[in-house]
Order: sequence, then C-alpha cells, then structure tokens
Amino acid sequence: MGLLLFATTDEVVSQNLSVFSPASPQAESIRGLFVLVLAITGGIFLIVEGVLVYSLLRSRRRAAAGEAEPPQVYGSTPIELAWTAAPLLIVFVLFLVVARTEWEVRPGPEDQPPPGSQPLSVTVIGRQWWWEYVYEKYDGREWHVTTANELHVPASDDGVPRPVYLTLKSADVIHSFWVPRLAGKTDLIPGRVNRTWFQTAERGVFLGQCAEFCGTQHANMLLRVVADEPAEFERWLANEAKPAVDEPAAAAGKRAFLAQSCVNCHAVRGTPARGTYAPDLTHLMSRKTLASGMVANSAEELRRWLADPQQVKPGCLMPSFKLSDRDLDLITGYLRTLR
Amino acid sequence: MATAVPELSRERLSLVAGLHEWVVTVDHKKIGVMYVLMAIAFLLIGGLEAVLMRVQLLWPRADFLPPLTFNQFFTLHGTTMVFFMGMPILIGMANYLVPLMIGARDMAFPRLNAMGFWVTLFGGLLVYASFFVPGGPPAIGWFAYAPLTEKTFARGPGVDCWALGLLVSGVGTIAAGVNFVATIVGMRAPGMKLRQVPFFVWTILGTSIQILVAIPPLTAALVMLIFDRHLGAHFFDPQAGGSAYLWMHLFWFFGHPEVYILVLPAFGMISEVVPVFSRKVLFGYEFMALATMAIVFISLGVWAHHMFTVGMSRTLDMFFAGASMLVGIPTGIKIFNWLATLYGGKLVLKSPLLFALGFLSMFVIGGLTGIILACAAVNFQIHDTYFVVGHFHWVLIGGTVFGVFAGLHYWYPKVTGRMLSERLAKWQFWLLLVGFILTFAPMHVAGVLGMPRRIYTYEPGRGWDLWNQLATVGALIQAPSYLIFAFNLVWSLRHGELAGDDPWDAWTLEWATTSPPPSYNFESVPVVRSRRPLWDLKHPDDPDWKYE
Repeated sequence: MGLLLFATTDEVVSQNLSVFSPASPQAESIRGLFVLVLAITGGIFLIVEGVLVYSLLRSRRRAAAGEAEPPQVYGSTPIELAWTAAPLLIVFVLFLVVARTEWEVRPGPEDQPPPGSQPLSVTVIGRQWWWEYVYEKYDGREWHVTTANELHVPASDDGVPRPVYLTLKSADVIHSFWVPRLAGKTDLIPGRVNRTWFQTAERGVFLGQCAEFCGTQHANMLLRVVADEPAEFERWLANEAKPAVDEPAAAAGKRAFLAQSCVNCHAVRGTPARGTYAPDLTHLMSRKTLASGMVANSAEELRRWLADPQQVKPGCLMPSFKLSDRDLDLITGYLRTLR
Repeated sequence: MATAVPELSRERLSLVAGLHEWVVTVDHKKIGVMYVLMAIAFLLIGGLEAVLMRVQLLWPRADFLPPLTFNQFFTLHGTTMVFFMGMPILIGMANYLVPLMIGARDMAFPRLNAMGFWVTLFGGLLVYASFFVPGGPPAIGWFAYAPLTEKTFARGPGVDCWALGLLVSGVGTIAAGVNFVATIVGMRAPGMKLRQVPFFVWTILGTSIQILVAIPPLTAALVMLIFDRHLGAHFFDPQAGGSAYLWMHLFWFFGHPEVYILVLPAFGMISEVVPVFSRKVLFGYEFMALATMAIVFISLGVWAHHMFTVGMSRTLDMFFAGASMLVGIPTGIKIFNWLATLYGGKLVLKSPLLFALGFLSMFVIGGLTGIILACAAVNFQIHDTYFVVGHFHWVLIGGTVFGVFAGLHYWYPKVTGRMLSERLAKWQFWLLLVGFILTFAPMHVAGVLGMPRRIYTYEPGRGWDLWNQLATVGALIQAPSYLIFAFNLVWSLRHGELAGDDPWDAWTLEWATTSPPPSYNFESVPVVRSRRPLWDLKHPDDPDWKYE
C-alpha cells in the first residue's frame, strides 16, 4: 500500500504553477479576489477605451466639417466631482474586500490551529541556492528532522485539517518561499522571522521556487512540496528521523566520503560528517531531485554533480573537488545507499 | 604668422571651440539638449541589454548568456533606464522648455544647472566603468537589496561603482529639482500667475517636489551602504546586528515616488499636445493641477506596497494597499480630463497626437494593473513575478516613453527649426505600439502562471515557453522603432522641412519666439493675461482671459 501510494505521488508532478489553480483555502480565496478585481478593472478599461474611440470617431467627422476652431470648453465642476466620486466609491468597496481576504490568508500573531486538526510545524531556512527544512512538531509530537529542498507534508482530510505552519528564516540573503497553488509568497529575511501557512487536501507534488532575487543561481532555487497520505507522511518522517543506514557493502565508499572535505559542509547523521553549511545527506535517496530540483536524483546525475557541480549549476557554492574516477564511483555508490 | 596656419588646423580649432562652447555653456537650452542626447545614448545601451536578455529567455534552459552576465544585465538595464534615461530625458526637456514656457531668460541658477547635467552624465559613466573592474558590473538588481550588496556577497568593486554613480547623479537630480522650483516660483513673465503656467510646468513643479523629498533618502542609504562596505559600518548587515529591512524601506521611500517622478512630466507633455492637436483648451485645468498635487502627496505614502511579502502586520498591509488604490483616483481624473479635451475637438492626426493617443490607450492599462497589484492578498501571489514586469513596463513605456515621444515630436521643430519626418515617425509609432504590446502583454500571463522575475532561465514544461517567445519577438519588433527615431533625429536636422516659429499653431509662450530660440529666448516678453497667451493674440475678439 505504501509503495503504491509512493508511486502515485510520484506520477502527479503537475507542472502547473498557475495562481488560478489553487489547491489550498488561501490560494482559493486569493483567486476569488483576483477574479473580482480583474472584473472591476476590466470594466473600467472597456469604459475608458470606449470613450476614447468614440471621441476619436466624433472628432474625425468634425475635422472634415470646416476651418473654424471648435468650441472651447474650459471645464465643469459637477462633471469633475462626478468622476472623482464614482471611482472613490469603487476603491472603498474594493478596499473592504481586500481587507477581508487579508485576514483570511495572512497568519496573525494570535492564530491557533483549529480544534481537531493535526498541525505540522517546520522551520524553512533559505540558503544560497537551496532550501533547508527542520521538522519540529507534528500532531503534538516533537521531531528534529533536517532535510532539504523537498518539503513533505500530510494532506488534509474531511474533518481533519492538517495545516502546515512554516517559520521562515534566512542564513544569508533575502529569499522568498512561493508555491503558487498553495499560498502567496512570504520572504525569508536574515535577521527576521516570518511565518506563513497552508493546507491542502490534494495529494501530489506542488512546484514552486524562490521569488526574491538572491544571487547568481536565484533562477534554480527550485522547491517542491509533496503532499502525502498522512500514513505515508508519518512513515517518511519516522525514516528521516533515523540516523543514516550503514551498509557494509558501501564501507569503502563511506571511507572515501569521510576522507574528503565533503564533511566540512554536509552532515550524514550517525557518522563524523556534521557540516551544517550544505544540505543534510542522511536520507539523500528519499529525495527525487538534486541541486534543489534541477536534475533527477539518479546515479548518473549524482555522479555528474559530484564530478563538477559548476557544470550542472554554474556559480553554486559547491566547488569541483576534481575527484578521481575511483573516488567518484565509491562516493556515488555510498550516497546511493542513504535511503 | 597667422597666414601660416593651415586650413585643416583652423577647422579643428573651430571644432574644439564648438565643443568647448557646449562644455562650458550655462544656457538652459544647450544643457537641455545635452541631457536629451545623453538619455538617448543610454536608451540605446539599456535597450541592447534588454534585447540580449530576451534572447536568453527565448527557450527554457538556454545558455546564450551565463547566469552572472544575465544578472548584471538586468541590474544595469533597470539602473540605466531609471537614472540615466528616464530622469535625464525628462529633466532635459523640462530644462529646455520651462524657462521658455514661463517667459524667462534662463533657469534660476544657470551654473548649478550645468553642474547638475555633468554630474548626472559622469554618474552614468561611473556605473558603466564597472565593466572594467575585477568581477565586472554589479549583479544586485536595480533595487540592490541588502545584504546581497554587502562585501560578504559582492566582493568586487562593481557595487561601489553603482553606489557612487547613483550618489553622484542623485546630487545632480536634486540640483535640478531645486532649480525648477526656484525658476517656476520666481521667474515667471510679468502677469503670469502660478495658475496660468502651461500645464507641463505644473507637472515639473510636482516632479521637483518629489525629487526633493525622495532622492535624499536614497542618497543617505547609498552613503550608509558605502560605509558598510568600506568603513566597517553594519547598517544593512544582519550578521552584525544591521537590518536588511531598513534598506528596503529607505530604497522604496525613494523608489515609489520615483515612478511618479518619471511619469508626471509625461502627463505634462500629454496635457500640452492633446489640446493643441484637438484644437481645444485643456479641460479642467484647476482639477488637473489639484490632481497632480494629490498624486505628489499620496504617492509619498505608498512605498511599502513593494513590500507586502516581507511579513508586515495586516494593518500596515492594509494602510499601504488603501493608499496605493487611492493614487488611482487623481490619475483617473487626469485621464478623464484628457478624454474630455479630445471630445468634440477637431483632431490633427500628426505624429505628436499619434503618440499621445498611444499614451492614452496604453497608460490606462498600466494604471489598472497597478490597482490589481495594490490588492495586498493578490500581491502575495503576483509580487516579483513577470506580471509586475509587464505592469511597470506598461506604465513606463505606455506612459513615460509614449508621452516623451509625443513631446519630442511636438517640440523638435522648436529646438532645431526643422520638422521631423512624419513618415519615419509613423513607422516608429506603429512598430513601437505593436512591439510593445507583444513584448509586455504575454509577461502578465507568464507571471500569473507562476514565473518569477529576475531568473536567467526557466524550467521547460511549465507553460511559460510560448509567452516568453512572444515577448522576445515583441522586443525584436520594438527595437528598430527606437533606431528609426534616432535616425529621424539626425536625418531631419538637415533634411527636415523648415518649421518656422509656430508650426503647430500652438498657444503657449515657447512658440512666440524663433525656432531655434536665441540664447536670450525672447526679445521682449509679451505680457501674459491667461493660460494661452498666443490664443489671446490670435483671437483678440475671444481671448481666454475672459473665461478664466
């Protein structure tokens, strides 16, 4: 069952990032406001362009009429007041609707999870150019699980909402967390702590990416949210909490990995590798992609990445270590065991 | 000895003397022309950067430009178009026109005026000098958010070139603002009340006030940034207790009024062109002036609508959303008054009006997408996407650029004594209109489909390809229109029809003097009794002052 679900989750990588395909209550409510304001502005657009075209047509007829200058009209106070008051009224109504939506989608400082819900709390740390997730609490239980780039969340069910509360921080420059189908974006600003939330009943993968320019590889700071069946999510979380598997067959690879400077930046829990500067690799193989979503997590891509990250993601902060072919094979083999 | 000077060297001497005259001039007209020429040169450079970026975005995962180069180009493109194209072309035209329109001999402070131009030009050159420093131009975006600008993340001197360039040119802009206020307030022709100046002068007064309020905070922020980078200060460095958030506020406190600095003068040009080419007086002058000042005031309180996603409180979000929507009211008043001026007029469909009509039909759209963006919750979704890129280009090209082209076609005969070629102007207009729509309309769609701004490449299969390809085709259609314009400027200088003093049968004072005007502008300044002194002269039986 679990395997089957995993397989279905895999297949639903929708490439749709449209703000008009909401999959969460707040994205839905923003779409409603968007449609309303599009209708209002569309109406004003038609009126103004209509008057413009009408004036042009009338004036061209008049142009043929004669030599004399047309009557000079200096202005009219009642007309001026009329076209000031009408838009004011529209703005006032729009303002009220905007305020209502604001309170629907923006977390306030006093907001609590609804009763009967199973909330998940995760801290998201923006880093040049990848995402770090620290799982803190799910359904009342404390966790301390660190992973990267692919955010797994439990999907909601009828009567059991599973809201996801994100605490947003940055380790370097300003980033912005944005998964259009789930919620509007919120910035990750160094020196500040921001909050956002979403929940979704839809199972599948939701794509997003960093939405604030953050340096060379801003374009490839991709992110994905995987909304799993709750049971599947719990299994995933429990697995992530474990230290790395230690397969005897990969012992040589492990030695090669630990002998290299990989360990200065990367952590593999349960080994001496405790770097915190780069993605946690403890369960690397539970992720579908590498390089924050740029390439698939396959043996070939992993080897290509290790051989020269700058070829895959030019400008990224992982240098090329010029590993020998033998080390490349060994380390790739070892990392492939980190399920 | 004198007879021994060969012919060639005498020619060279006169060339040097000619150049020297331009370098040392304090004549507002020469300074105005130099501003405009500088702006056009930077327009072509900034435009080339844009075209190269559009080529990179033609296909997903393309590698026409490396990531760093692309990021440097969008930084330079934005900086160039705002600081070294937009403001200089408007300040230059105002420099040329304001003294003529109010019957003055020059600006209030001619030497300050010259200094303003030269520091603006050298500011621009300083920014571009970053091509020759280690690490090359800055890759920080025109908004230069901290801490990406700190030494930790931007080691090379590119950011310093950028900061110093803007600092220096900002001084020039502030000088121009002071000068315009002093000129407009103190140097009007005898009899001309402030409520009788040509409408363009009102908008320059509004723009100057905004310059004086908005540019100094930017200057201060740039000084703080330079302190951070070189003197060990930590204003914007969160690692050492500084605040990245502070830079945002300082920058946008400048950055939003800046948009109105760039568009108000274009409003002014439209307000001159539309009446003359529909042969009617400007409808509702007082309300237009009031609306201009309302825009000046309200737009000083909307800056944080660039910051809805930084996690402000809901109350602050609503304040800035409300204020931003409110700016739409005076802007709407202006549009309605222009339409009312057109209505019942006798249209003269020459190039200035063509561009003015382009402005009227396009600027409305940019204004309305602005209302959409002001809705805070919608902004959470489309902020920092291509929707925003589409929106502000629609305002700055559909508004400022179309307005400026209307103005340049209208006043070129005054400056040179010759008419621009109408034929070339029509080619330019239609290529610009079609290319502009095709470039920027698809960007709105890409943004709504989730495409963020400032990305050097994008993933295939997200439905963004087509919209990017249309935008690139649009850019390639647009590009020649600017080249045609540049060619027309040069070609008509020699081959254009002779213009005479008043080719458009217009009504404001600049048309009362010769084309081009003498260095002292007017031999004798006519006494002004109304907003249209030349209408009064041409229609002694039915003068304007009877109705004002």
